[in-house]
Amino acid sequence: MAKTIVQKIWDQHVVSQDEGAPAILAIDLHLIHEVTSPQAFTGLRARGLKVRRPDKTVATADHSIPTTPRNLPIADEAAATQVKQLETNCNEFGIPLHGWESPNQGIVHVIGPELGLTQPGATIVCGDSHTATHGAFGALAFGIGTSEVEMVLATQCLLQRTPKTYLVRVDGRLQSGVSAKDIILALIARIGVGGGTGHVFEYAGEAIRALSMEERMTICNMSIEGGARAGLVAPDETTFAYLKGRPHAPQGAAWDEAVARWRQLPSDPGATYDKEIVIDANALEPMVTYGTNPGMGLPISGSVPDPATERDPASARALARALEYMDLTAGQRILDQPVNTVFIGSCTNGRISDLRIAANVFKGKRVASGVRVMVVPGSADVKRQAEREGLDAIFRDAGADWREAGCSMCIAMNGDQLAPGEYAISTSNRNFEGRQGKGGRTFLASPLTAAATALRGRITDPRTLA
Amino acid sequence: MGAPKVEGFSSALIPLPAENVDTDQIVPARYLKVVVKSGLADALFHDWRFDEDGTKKTPPFVLDDPRYAGRSILVAGDNFGTGSSREHAPWALDAFGIKAIVSTSFADIFKNNALKNGILPIVVDATLHAQLMDVARSGDASQASVDLASATLTTPSGAAVKFAIDPFAQKMLLAGLDELEFVRSKEADIAAHERAHPSTIDTKAHRAIQ
Ligand code: SF4
Repeated sequence: MAKTIVQKIWDQHVVSQDEGAPAILAIDLHLIHEVTSPQAFTGLRARGLKVRRPDKTVATADHSIPTTPRNLPIADEAAATQVKQLETNCNEFGIPLHGWESPNQGIVHVIGPELGLTQPGATIVCGDSHTATHGAFGALAFGIGTSEVEMVLATQCLLQRTPKTYLVRVDGRLQSGVSAKDIILALIARIGVGGGTGHVFEYAGEAIRALSMEERMTICNMSIEGGARAGLVAPDETTFAYLKGRPHAPQGAAWDEAVARWRQLPSDPGATYDKEIVIDANALEPMVTYGTNPGMGLPISGSVPDPATERDPASARALARALEYMDLTAGQRILDQPVNTVFIGSCTNGRISDLRIAANVFKGKRVASGVRVMVVPGSADVKRQAEREGLDAIFRDAGADWREAGCSMCIAMNGDQLAPGEYAISTSNRNFEGRQGKGGRTFLASPLTAAATALRGRITDPRTLA
Repeated sequence: MGAPKVEGFSSALIPLPAENVDTDQIVPARYLKVVVKSGLADALFHDWRFDEDGTKKTPPFVLDDPRYAGRSILVAGDNFGTGSSREHAPWALDAFGIKAIVSTSFADIFKNNALKNGILPIVVDATLHAQLMDVARSGDASQASVDLASATLTTPSGAAVKFAIDPFAQKMLLAGLDELEFVRSKEADIAAHERAHPSTIDTKAHRAIQ
């Protein structure tokens, strides 16, 4: 029978399944960070258990750490305790840690791929909903809760019900100025934040094939914003070229064997999906969100929708509340809306190609006066690479702030945050109320749109840049 | 360890008529810097409940409204729990005393996390949901009740409605059994699978980035 890539990976990982029970699924890679793991280790200790496969487990500190220079101590006591606890836990249980001072520290979803740990056909989990990022390599990767982190630490397995599959076919080619981020924002605007619930997205089609690995990661990253726990792209030559020679990628004969196996992963012709959608890449514009969930997005030339024209009363209420929070008026154009802050970073758009795009916009220019522009590399390695290319100098000369690696203002746990009422344009993935600081207001967009906006201090269509 | 056990309970309803309630609202990120599960009752919906200076809003948010004090069944809008995987969300709901949430749908990870903490995500159809939301908003103190063994929600008006629940989760919760111990009991299968499916991923075999 013709199988999808999801069914193939699933079948290879089912350990056993009792009548009426979920499958016991074997996990190939377990990523850990400081925020969602401490209580899981406490549970292990209480049970007197060890970590079953420390060689399939890796940790980093990313969420609560400051992005100020690493030679300063962590000022926030709670964050310092959490980072210390991660070190203690990793030492005690023998887990490799790319911690606070490691040359490989970074956002967990940035370092997995760059270290070559993220591999096609693998099952990958992390106590973090953006684990779907790793699906860009043709892995089945999804976020789990802390109880499940404890289970995976103890057993290297997870209890899972078979997911449904959802084909997202993106035909055609992106126009200049339109990017991977705009594809995923457009998808979520169409299907809504619950549209993919219970499903795994498989992104396919000409436009997806044409994307680089980093662009595919941007798309898979936001699968959860469309309600899907996982999203993936079948591996191809682009995938293999990215992985080859990375620190944890197989080498020599093992590499050739692995690639031969990986070539079997793409969905068979005639495989069927529970749901399908087709998006025309040619017709996409740069996207911006105007509301308080990632589904509230519109093409940059568009206008803020009017609750009065919503048919469903609950949606009308939600929209009215979002506009009140954002202090936007129904019918107003989103272009030229002023912003106070520009955030370029996160596991969605904090990789080297994202920083190159922003630097290219900033080169020889200054950001608008009074606008705070923060550029936060996704990992220490991204930071070094950017500095080798001189991007840090471009950012500084343009008046932007160049920081250390971490989640930073994506989640605002570490002191990098908006003041109440401030507007930000952000390359991250969530515009929930208060996500970037209590009372802060977020417009999500691509790095290109965010950088263009930084130059004028107002939401700017990057296609109009001189 | 301390697996939750659930049989049934009764309570009047609390209304939360918002759709797509995200986990950043349920527990704002700045409360995630904890290394224990307890003590999150005040973090629950913090920014909807408290003013800048930490005092409760006037009029109070529904959870602090004396009319709804002590109730344990929340009626919330569609797609409750969207967003992050933080289990702090059900920990905080549990700490506050919430035992069930009634909605038309739930986000996947939240639903899993809730069940693992003995909080029941109960999906009802849109018509019944609208009725229950009306009852809840009116402040009516009539009780609804939940019986897990029969997976039945009895509404304040006395109608008995079946709800869907994963049969495995239902069995574990009724018996107070631990899922981790269940998986550990399959050790022989796990070891056999590991031998048959060696993976090329090894986090300990680290070479420097060239
Ligand atoms: S960058 Fe943002 S979304 Fe990504 S892992 Fe960090 S907090 Fe989560």
